[in-house]
Amino acid sequence: MKILVCISNVPDTTTKIKLAEGSRTIDTTGIQWVINPWDELSLTRALELKDDPSAGVKSVSVIHVGPASSDPTIRKALAIGADDALRVNTESSDAFFVAAQIAEIIKKEHYDLVFCGIESSDYNGSLVGGMVAEFLGMPSVSAVSSIRIENGQPVIVREIDGGKEVITLPVPFVAIVQKGIAKEPRIAAMRGIMMARTKAIRLFEPVHVEPLTEIVTLEKPAPRKACKFIDAENPAQLLELLQNEAKVI
Amino acid sequence: MSVLVYTENWDGKFKKLTFELVSYASEIAKMLNTGLTAVSIGKTGNSELAKAGKYGASKIISIDNEHLKVLDSQAYTNVISEIARAEKASVIVLSNNNTGRAIAPRLSVSLKAGVGSGVSKLPLNINPFTVYKRTYSGNAFAHVVIKSDIRILTLAQNSFELIETPDNSTIVKIDVPVDSALVKTTVKEVQKQTGRILLTDADIVVSGGRGMKSPDNWAPLVEFASLLGAATACSRPVSDEGWRPHEEHTGQTGKIIAPNLYIAVGISGSTQHLAGVSSSKFIVAINTDKDAPIFEAAQYGIVGDAMKVLPKLVDALKKAK
Repeated sequence: MKILVCISNVPDTTTKIKLAEGSRTIDTTGIQWVINPWDELSLTRALELKDDPSAGVKSVSVIHVGPASSDPTIRKALAIGADDALRVNTESSDAFFVAAQIAEIIKKEHYDLVFCGIESSDYNGSLVGGMVAEFLGMPSVSAVSSIRIENGQPVIVREIDGGKEVITLPVPFVAIVQKGIAKEPRIAAMRGIMMARTKAIRLFEPVHVEPLTEIVTLEKPAPRKACKFIDAENPAQLLELLQNEAKVI
Repeated sequence: MSVLVYTENWDGKFKKLTFELVSYASEIAKMLNTGLTAVSIGKTGNSELAKAGKYGASKIISIDNEHLKVLDSQAYTNVISEIARAEKASVIVLSNNNTGRAIAPRLSVSLKAGVGSGVSKLPLNINPFTVYKRTYSGNAFAHVVIKSDIRILTLAQNSFELIETPDNSTIVKIDVPVDSALVKTTVKEVQKQTGRILLTDADIVVSGGRGMKSPDNWAPLVEFASLLGAATACSRPVSDEGWRPHEEHTGQTGKIIAPNLYIAVGISGSTQHLAGVSSSKFIVAINTDKDAPIFEAAQYGIVGDAMKVLPKLVDALKKAK
């Protein structure tokens, strides 16, 4: 079984977001770029499956759509243990554009399982995984919080509103992965980091696709009003305020 | 032209989020000067279906097919795409919940329709069609132009009020052929959460962090939540430690919620935590550290030890009842 993990390159999640001049993009000065947290968990789970001989996973590849400046993030994925890395060499645009590029590669290279994080921490779109599947006419399953392989057949837990479902579906399919899939992201060991330096990132040219959406302006959220403090000895006053001032209880 | 809204049901019943969606879609239909069609898949009775009419749906399409009992995103996409084409939908509205997020991206490719996901407001403009959406996990908001002729919007839960309208709706039951070979998803087991308020549905949420100190200290928090009719939640370290189930984790990588009231107990308020709760209408913070960042996000704060404050709050609530 071959697994492909789609990875996005996002600002470190502790970044204080500032807007660039013109407010169409963020100011990237000083930003640390990381693997999107859900993609990192997907990759971790893919590697755990590969480490388990009974799962029968032969290789774990990662794919990224973006320019050469994303290579350090792709190398992190290699350092963690990915066997192979692919990059579609283009400025990424909207989810439709990115998904079309990934689908194009999957048509050429066969994968049994495609993992996508449920959203990226920058655009919060929750779109790429489902779009890739639809481009390929492949099944997809969303909100996957657990995946194991039994007798060559993936068994999945997906979250539904108000519970969970244990489901199966035949490969190939796209698993859109959320929290719970792996406990903690895997950390690169020194040996992995050294090896990642010499592994090649395979480059692909983009196909022409018109994006369907465009961000025209970004704005910062309105600042919150100052906090009203209530005496810890008399917390009942809080209930009064919630009842009569905020009117929420 | 029309606006289409997908009205999911849970065991044949709609929820508040369904009516938020219908209200939202109905307002968009007004902006576009057109009618609103609701689509329901599954066994839902006429009296329940008719409720969509109260919030502005003029036509309510009901599809009940045995091959659609299980949510298979491919099969659902095919059905909704077909309805969208037949209804000449120019806008399709779904919830930004798990189901909506499973279907919307597939519909987007199927109909070549751009998506505005997790929107919380009506479109800012209809020409060009511009939506307002959360980005950078709540640290910025984007104005996004959707350039395609069909647009798909997924609405964040609890972000739009219910608007009742005079009911002029008709219910249309239609049969859609579903190729059973295409339904690939097999459900082996369903584990339903029972008895507790669903975190994503809750108007009030009481959430505990590391300041609760031990998994054994949760009783007063749970009691406080139950007295308020609130759902319980927790921060990431708490779910990572296994003190609480990971379904309760609110924050960037956990659940993103927007209740009317979020009470953070013993939570310092990291950027990642706030990313999951910053859309709450009111935030209350209870924390021993007066400099904790949670107080910058909160409207009301108590500097104190949760173990001392919570029992007092429980007592006060009991007295008030």
